[in-house]
Amino acid sequence: MIIQALVFYLFAAVAIASAVMVISSKNPVHSVLFLILCFFNAAGLFVLMGAEFLAMILVVVYVGAVAVLFLFVVMMLDINIERARQGFKQYLLIGGSIGLVLFLELVLILSSSFTAPDVVATAAVPIPDMDSVHNTRALGQVLYTKYAYLFQACGLILLVAMVGAIVLTLRQRDGVRKQVISDQINRSREESVEIKKVSSGSGI
Amino acid sequence: MLEIGLAHYLVVAAVLFTLGIFGIFLNRKNVIVIMMSIELMLLAVNINFVAFSTHMGDLVGQVFAVFILTVAAAEAAIGLAILVIYFRNRGSIAVEDINMMKG
Repeated sequence: MIIQALVFYLFAAVAIASAVMVISSKNPVHSVLFLILCFFNAAGLFVLMGAEFLAMILVVVYVGAVAVLFLFVVMMLDINIERARQGFKQYLLIGGSIGLVLFLELVLILSSSFTAPDVVATAAVPIPDMDSVHNTRALGQVLYTKYAYLFQACGLILLVAMVGAIVLTLRQRDGVRKQVISDQINRSREESVEIKKVSSGSGI
Repeated sequence: MLEIGLAHYLVVAAVLFTLGIFGIFLNRKNVIVIMMSIELMLLAVNINFVAFSTHMGDLVGQVFAVFILTVAAAEAAIGLAILVIYFRNRGSIAVEDINMMKG
């Protein structure tokens, strides 16, 4: 029990500290790296809660895809860091006050009783016993049957996002020599080859 | 204190969400960090979902966390694509420069 508590506090503390560094570090590259650290620790929290599949998906999707995408964009754009830091202190007061009010509200909610005692009995899909069916299998049995249409909709969202990102960033640049295969195929013999009579010893 | 329950995870999620809000206000000159703050907030929502799911014994929360993950990934891809073409046009990513559609 003590080990579980210690591991929880370690993961939570590192996650929160790296989240603070994400929003406050000067260099956006450092922000992305701290974001990766934060997601790793959140994955640790998920494992601690018994949601291994989501923890691994979090690492794969966020660290493997989203964070790398962020890193690419940060390094592709030439950002003036000095200018990006302007007005940091000016917004500190209003942002801090709004954040504080929101946090106090959340703590007020959490400190009161927020769960009905009989809600466990009315679960839509009760979590099966961990020893007989592990988390990934249980999740798959629900995701591919009861929520199959939502799962398909998720795939559609990803497809639309992919098409949208490609359409947005694709551009035609002029002054670039490109191979136009249809032009190459449509060349006729007349416009590309010429036969000349060459008398021997004199050249063309 | 040593017994880790639902409230502990909810407090962590609340802190992460507040930090996300805070980051949006703090980094008004850098849209990339604002998008990272949005990712932090989505992570906090996910932690809430999974915490309630495991402590209430209902698997649906984890299913919805998967869906949120999908939407977050799509949002990041589209947002960064918009950011790239915006930077290509204006040469800046400050929030107050985004006013071309004002007319």
